[in-house]
Amino acid sequence: MSQSPLRVALVGNPNCGKTALFNLLTGARQKVANYAGVTVERKEGRFDTPAGRRVQLLDLPGTYSFETTSPDERVTRDVLQGRYPGEAVPDLIVCVADATNLRLHLRFVLEVKRMGLPMVLALNMMDAAKRRSITVDVAGLERRLAMPVVETVAVRRGGAHALIGMLDAHAPSARASANADASADDARRSAQSAQPAAYADTHAEVRAILADTVTMPRATDARDDAIDRWALHPVTGPLILAAVMFLVFQGVYSFGKPMTDAIGDAFTWLGALASAWLPAGPLHSLITDGIFNGLGTVLGFLPEILVLFLFILVLEESGYLPRAAFLLDRMMVSVGLTGRSFIPLLSSFACAIPGVMGTRSITDPRDRLATILVAPLMTCSARLPVYALLIGAFIPHRPVLGIFNLQGLVLFALYAVGIAGAMAVGWVMKHLRRDRSEHALLMELPSYRLPKARDIVLGLWERGMIFLKRLTGVILALTVLMWFISTFPAPPAGATGPAINYSIAGYIGRALQYPFAPLGFNWQISLSLIPAFAARETAVAALATVYSVASGDADITTLSHALAANIPLASALSLMVWFAFAPQCMSTLAVIRRETRSWRNVAISFGYMFVVAYVAAFATYQIARHFT
Amino acid sequence: MRLTDLPKGASALVRTVEDAHASDAIAQRLRDLGFVPGEPVRVVACAPWGADPLLIQIGSTRFALRRAEAQRVRVTGQTA
Repeated sequence: MSQSPLRVALVGNPNCGKTALFNLLTGARQKVANYAGVTVERKEGRFDTPAGRRVQLLDLPGTYSFETTSPDERVTRDVLQGRYPGEAVPDLIVCVADATNLRLHLRFVLEVKRMGLPMVLALNMMDAAKRRSITVDVAGLERRLAMPVVETVAVRRGGAHALIGMLDAHAPSARASANADASADDARRSAQSAQPAAYADTHAEVRAILADTVTMPRATDARDDAIDRWALHPVTGPLILAAVMFLVFQGVYSFGKPMTDAIGDAFTWLGALASAWLPAGPLHSLITDGIFNGLGTVLGFLPEILVLFLFILVLEESGYLPRAAFLLDRMMVSVGLTGRSFIPLLSSFACAIPGVMGTRSITDPRDRLATILVAPLMTCSARLPVYALLIGAFIPHRPVLGIFNLQGLVLFALYAVGIAGAMAVGWVMKHLRRDRSEHALLMELPSYRLPKARDIVLGLWERGMIFLKRLTGVILALTVLMWFISTFPAPPAGATGPAINYSIAGYIGRALQYPFAPLGFNWQISLSLIPAFAARETAVAALATVYSVASGDADITTLSHALAANIPLASALSLMVWFAFAPQCMSTLAVIRRETRSWRNVAISFGYMFVVAYVAAFATYQIARHFT
Repeated sequence: MRLTDLPKGASALVRTVEDAHASDAIAQRLRDLGFVPGEPVRVVACAPWGADPLLIQIGSTRFALRRAEAQRVRVTGQTA
């Protein structure tokens, strides 16, 4: 047995379950969802087979063909052709195909086969195929394709037994000759693609294989057809979409808020306990003002963030998102985007960083850049604490039309402002750019799938841990820093004003207030905008710390009291509008730089958002002042 | 007849995919996705606002195609 690990690559059409299989084999928890283009870069993992063989597994982005059109598909082609920097040609290709969709997927199998590398076909989603009474003659398929074929169910534990057995049996000796074959085949392949007849030939071959080996009682899933009759209907479709979106935002507020209040109460109690035990002095102040009030306030918003993620995960798993993209494509084209932008933009409601990375599945560089530039305008979950705090402090909790409540409506309006802003920015960009060539939608709509509770719980757990890591990392550090600068230096002897006015924070805040006074921000708010640039939620922690140091005690409820007592409604509205548009956190700018490889795009992103935020907040404050 | 001329719910057979211009990547991708002569296609749904894009079923796969893309596909009637 060879000492070096067997290098195996998973390839196949988009959304055939490569990443689910990867997770099942390696125990990894890479993101899976029910739409094409979830995996946009190569992922690597290792595992040992029962026979003790070490396997190095590569998960590659899904691709329809080697005539690639998008950056994520190019990765797959380059790896298989040995052109990917630092990546040797794999020893074995596991080509994954959706057993319910073989007519499309077998074509790619044949295309991969022509490269001449050793390969195995994994017929995935066999559970769905059985449910739809699709039968596949595996032995016949093996004979026709001249390669081993195994059945897998990537979403079931033990669903890859047959594949693992196959890997154990695979002899690694075929490699050297395979490489030589590959380059020869490469040349043959490019010669072939020059003649369109080759396409018809491949399809004819697929049709012949299918006729011999697969029986399919019905081309589509009857359940999908029934749902789509309503979900894609020109009238009921948009109504359902609007209802789903509205439910998400109402849900975040109605389910999350009571839990947030409970966490706030717990921290008040803990803070009181700690302050009773600790001797008075700087440590006492750091623990109660900085840690319990600063961090506790942010932690309180974890339930709201989890409720938001719950909705997003369920939507992603269900297969509904590409339908939404289908319904909205026309509208998005009219504002310079594409239906394909919908999914990255929706994930930006969680966080702009995966949103910006998700744009890799957008084929066209122009649409992709437009999507990247507007993605940060979608209200990310980090802004939720800021909104929730201000809404709780300034917007009365009262029913509207019997079923909604005013606080939920204001939150919905803030999300809507972000979306409207993105549409306006997209429209302006569309009219500024010179390239007006045509770009395709060409998007596959997957089968609906009932989300698995286990996946959802794991997804929520993962997001919760990311949030807690941020909380104990960057947010904690900034909060302690905020506490430090608002506590030191101590006021000089004989000082008359509040102690915080003499601290570093007091000086910085007052200096910052000059540019922000026209927006109605006091110095505390102006100061909190600085750490918010590192992480949005820190604005809440910073405000909590500053007001807490100034007054001696605070928690979420008293922070909202402190805000309500210290700033007018017009300032609060202006601050919410500022957060809707303001240049997003540093990490987002860094990921824009990485994805577009251009500082110019970072500057454009930062610059336009700053200007829009300033103007919009200014207008909000000046108008609201007249009415309040 | 073009794919865009088919009414909702109607089926037809693909005759050919035309290049809208020289080395048309979109036509190429359509052929890759299975729009090849003799393949049955069906218009499953039309989006609101100008029936654009269309939802086309080919084999057991459903693709959302904009009208401009579907325009490239020539079909022969066999309307159901």
